[in-house]
Amino acid sequence: MMSLDPATVRRIAKLARIRVEDAELPKLQADLAAILGYVEQLGEIDVTGIEPLSGAAQMALRMRADIVTDGGQTEAILANAPGREGDFFTVPKVVE
Amino acid sequence: MSYMIEGKTGPWEIVVGLEVHAQVTSHSKLFSGAATDFGAGPNSQVSFIDAGFPGMLPVINEECVAQAVRTGLGLNAQINLVSRFDRKNYFYADLPTGYQISQYLHPIVGKGVIEVELEGGITKNIGVTRLHLEQDAGKSLHDQSPSKSFIDLNRAGVALMEIVSEPDIRSPEEAGAYLRKLRSILRYLGTCDGNMDEGSMRADVNVSVRKQGEEFRTRCEVKNVNSIRFVMHAVEAEAKRQIELYESGGTVQQETRLYDPARGETRSMRSKEDAHDYRYFPDPDLLPLVLDEAWVAGLKAKLPELPDDKCTRFVRDYKLPPYDAAVLVMEQATAAFYEQVASGRDAKLAANWVIGELFAALNRTGTNIETSPVSAAALGELLDLMADATINGKIAKEVFEAMVETGQSAAAIVESKGLRQVTDTGAIAAAIDQILAANQDKLAEYKSGKEKLFGFFVGQTMKAMAGKGNPALINKILIEKLA
Repeated sequence: MMSLDPATVRRIAKLARIRVEDAELPKLQADLAAILGYVEQLGEIDVTGIEPLSGAAQMALRMRADIVTDGGQTEAILANAPGREGDFFTVPKVVE
Repeated sequence: MSYMIEGKTGPWEIVVGLEVHAQVTSHSKLFSGAATDFGAGPNSQVSFIDAGFPGMLPVINEECVAQAVRTGLGLNAQINLVSRFDRKNYFYADLPTGYQISQYLHPIVGKGVIEVELEGGITKNIGVTRLHLEQDAGKSLHDQSPSKSFIDLNRAGVALMEIVSEPDIRSPEEAGAYLRKLRSILRYLGTCDGNMDEGSMRADVNVSVRKQGEEFRTRCEVKNVNSIRFVMHAVEAEAKRQIELYESGGTVQQETRLYDPARGETRSMRSKEDAHDYRYFPDPDLLPLVLDEAWVAGLKAKLPELPDDKCTRFVRDYKLPPYDAAVLVMEQATAAFYEQVASGRDAKLAANWVIGELFAALNRTGTNIETSPVSAAALGELLDLMADATINGKIAKEVFEAMVETGQSAAAIVESKGLRQVTDTGAIAAAIDQILAANQDKLAEYKSGKEKLFGFFVGQTMKAMAGKGNPALINKILIEKLA
């Protein structure tokens, strides 16, 4: 079983910008560990000499021509914006 | 003589590697059909893919792939026929998807090399580690409101080439030369316009310092420097900061810094501790990018003559000094202008006029080679008037200034201002006689051995003839008269 300490669970949650209460930690820790353990089983397979695969289908990427076919829909793009000023999205100030 | 910074504990060598983000010249974005034009109204060039709407799938733009391959070929680099796209995950307001599609483990272009020209005719090879394709992010404006940041996604999804150099750069001069050369190659290839003011090319500068013979020490990354001059300043400022730190007993922490041009210093970005955990993984929406060898060969066959080849040809065919050739080939348009002026004429004289008078006039009038007030054909005509002795070199400069001012042809200016060179030996002899008669004392001095005065007599004669005398004839007749 994959071990996962509470600090790592906190870090994963933080990177995903998900707030996790202290009370939820033990359950998440167990759930995530179970998922990781399940996936870990793949490590038991001997893949020596097998090329890695980045897609399920053995196909190459299809390409499109360099033509403008999209855009010009400012209203649709901004329709669900939580904050808007003129034609800009607005977000709480990002200070750097 | 290598560049060193003198510290309290002796000389320090600087080590620099550059990551250049070059915006790919294309009509539409890397994975969507929205337009890429600069300066459009906010959020007017955004597709649902760029805005990170659910269920939207990216489809790659063939021309962006071709541009990356052309650039790789122009950098003498290995083209990887199989490459792959990964997701680089980070959270920022101008990145709607929460990840940037990039190429991490398998870039489209591998190792290459750029030859840069340094002062004194020295050249140096700077290695290129890799080039990969990725998406640009949107643009955040922080100065529009006291409490909010404004986001424009027009740039989100535009194709970028990230071009990473080896840590082969050892001075601010080399950093500048590398960027100038890279920019020149990109512009020749037409794969990036190289316009740093509009952000089409920006550099992340990795700097460390060391004592000679040491292994590399810890480096810092100065992010998003947007002019060649600032890159050179940032290299020096950051190196000096690190040296001071070491010499006062401290150590350099690997971190991301910003260059502040107003203060001429770098400062730490208060980045969060997890900011660099990008959790790359292969993008499940995108299959491997597989290129056909014949397609790559087809692109290679259509590449233009690049600056290095053109420079070699200029030195060989026009017998130009390498420095002149390097200056003329920096921009394709300048090289074409020069070749038109030089065609059928004295090539070295043509180079002198383009690099000297023309460049000065462009600077002064705020124009460039494409909008030059004097065309290549017009400059050629002026050189012809010198070649057939209609005017002398001194008058030619005056005519050139009038051409810049009025846009008239050289011949028209020579006629209207009566600048035609005097080649009538009788008129020249008469002018010389007058000068000699008016300067009996100087003539006596000359005859008693003060031969330097010859130049004085030439000058006075030329002045008396309003600059229009043929210099060769004046010299010849004066020698005869003084004999």
